[in-house]
Amino acid sequence: MGRLLLNRLGGLITTLLLSSVAIFGSLYLAPGSPEDVLFGTRTPTPAARAAVAHQLHLDRPLPVRYWDWLTGVLHGNLGNSMVTGQTVSSRVGAGLGVTLTLVGISMLFVLLFGLGLGAAAAMRPGAVDAGANALTSVSVTVPPFVASTVLISIFAVHLGWFPSSGIGAGLGGELHGLGLPACALAIMNCGFLARITRNALLEELGKEHVQTAVVRGLPRRIVLRDHVFRNAVPSIATAVALLTSGMFASTLIVETAFAVPGVGQLTISSVAQKDFPVVQAVSLLLVAAFVICNALSDLVQALIDPRLRTAGRTT
Amino acid sequence: MNTPTVEPVAVVTDVAVARPSRIARLRSSLGPAGTAAAIFLIVVLLIAIAAPLIAPYDPDAQSLLSAFAGPSGAHLLGTDDLGRDILSRLVYGSRTSLLGPALVVAVALLVGIPLALIAAWYGGAVDAIVARIFDLVYALPGLLLAVLAVALFGPGLMPAVVALSIAYIPFLARIVRAAARQQRVSPYVDALAVQGFGVTRIMVRHILRNIGPVVLGQAAIAFGYALLDLASLSFLGLAVQAPTADWGVMVSDSNALMQGYWLPVLAPGVLIVLCVLSLTVLGARISGERPQPYLRMRRATRARVGTGAHSSTTPTGATP
Repeated sequence: MGRLLLNRLGGLITTLLLSSVAIFGSLYLAPGSPEDVLFGTRTPTPAARAAVAHQLHLDRPLPVRYWDWLTGVLHGNLGNSMVTGQTVSSRVGAGLGVTLTLVGISMLFVLLFGLGLGAAAAMRPGAVDAGANALTSVSVTVPPFVASTVLISIFAVHLGWFPSSGIGAGLGGELHGLGLPACALAIMNCGFLARITRNALLEELGKEHVQTAVVRGLPRRIVLRDHVFRNAVPSIATAVALLTSGMFASTLIVETAFAVPGVGQLTISSVAQKDFPVVQAVSLLLVAAFVICNALSDLVQALIDPRLRTAGRTT
Repeated sequence: MNTPTVEPVAVVTDVAVARPSRIARLRSSLGPAGTAAAIFLIVVLLIAIAAPLIAPYDPDAQSLLSAFAGPSGAHLLGTDDLGRDILSRLVYGSRTSLLGPALVVAVALLVGIPLALIAAWYGGAVDAIVARIFDLVYALPGLLLAVLAVALFGPGLMPAVVALSIAYIPFLARIVRAAARQQRVSPYVDALAVQGFGVTRIMVRHILRNIGPVVLGQAAIAFGYALLDLASLSFLGLAVQAPTADWGVMVSDSNALMQGYWLPVLAPGVLIVLCVLSLTVLGARISGERPQPYLRMRRATRARVGTGAHSSTTPTGATP
């Protein structure tokens, strides 16, 4: 178990480091240097340009700047926004809570409906299964942005139950405002989880030990709980971790569609404004969320399934 | 994914006297859902090709006087906030909406297949390095990669397509590599090698041909998801730019949405969903995920757990 953990942690740090190099490097090699963004449409004198470049440390070699930035990041200093002048950490921090709440609520929906639908489909072959199959086939192809527009059209514009953009103040307002975005984020993932749950349960149902348990005369309830569900948990947990990582990427779309002030919207708006320090920080954050969830999907199996613990590696 | 060869699934005719026609065989191997998906996709493709002949209006022609007109004889699907004909915009939008993902899949296949074949053929260190790179790229969300590309090169279809191509290489290459590795160890490959056929020839003419259905099916599925990603990016204003008729751009028309006109926004959304649905259904059929084993498994499990112990099904029926 310890070795597996170390192994995954090593992979995690390597991925994060490499992507930080890629993100930092690519943004500064981009056409249009960062100081041009500050000057906007004005054409600066060479002296003014040099002064700004010096102030932003842009006159130093790239590896030095990367090192400064990296040590800054490790000390919690992400630099300052080039557009608003605020510290990047305060801008990102403000959005992080909202995004985490959004993903949390959405995951709750996914677990509730995805697991429910998948279990129903596996337990009731025939009409229920066929219906669930049709439902999930469609729902896995409904992208968050289409779901957003449909939900806004119905629940915000026509019924007026939820706000179409932004979130209210306080916990109540925040939850009310995040209801529709969370749904939009959940629809596709519900379909995926339902399918995975159904297939995992059916696979377990087909195992010989389940048949043995039934033949021994164990009540159906106990067979399902101890022999079927218990064994299906690892693959379902893996899927949940993977889906969560995908959700962080999808927040880019949903938060923009609903004007939710989270990290996703911050990413898109700072890309539009070419606010490089913010883009760096948020994209690294999203990559981190994505990569951590992926690593969790590996670890969670070992945590849940004692048979994998001694194996050391899962690949 | 398991069975790389396509044999027509259960050509069921009561009196199988004559060999069924090519079309009939194709239909039976695709199944009703697959056939419907294929027909829908062919129609969309034809519409995209013949857009100028089909579209009743210029997709960019504005007439503010007839803005937000409902469906009528003149405008079958009504008009949007600038009075542009929605049907015409949908017809023309199919061009940009399909071109982007086609490029993504083409590039991903062109780069991914050779890499995957080489990795599968040589194994060892080469395989390990290639697999490691795939894993690394696979760890990054394609959407974020595309957003970063836009931050670098400015909004447009090309930066988004390039970034997504990179993100889709490992998606397809991992599947090709796994399928090719299975072929690599089969006796016919050794036989060919012993006969002195060249590596490239064996890889391209034999291995690639045998895993063709898997590659084609997964490419169709990747096409669907690339379509989704590109439409999402266009929706965000990062890929195809606003005045151009494109399904993703059309969905982003929040002006219409807020005023309660859902048709200009929902119609392209429905088209996107239908296209992706067809592509995933068709892709799953082509790559060999057939429902037959499922059915067997379902009946067997019902007999076992559903009705209790008195089941005569043997466990062999359960595992496909």
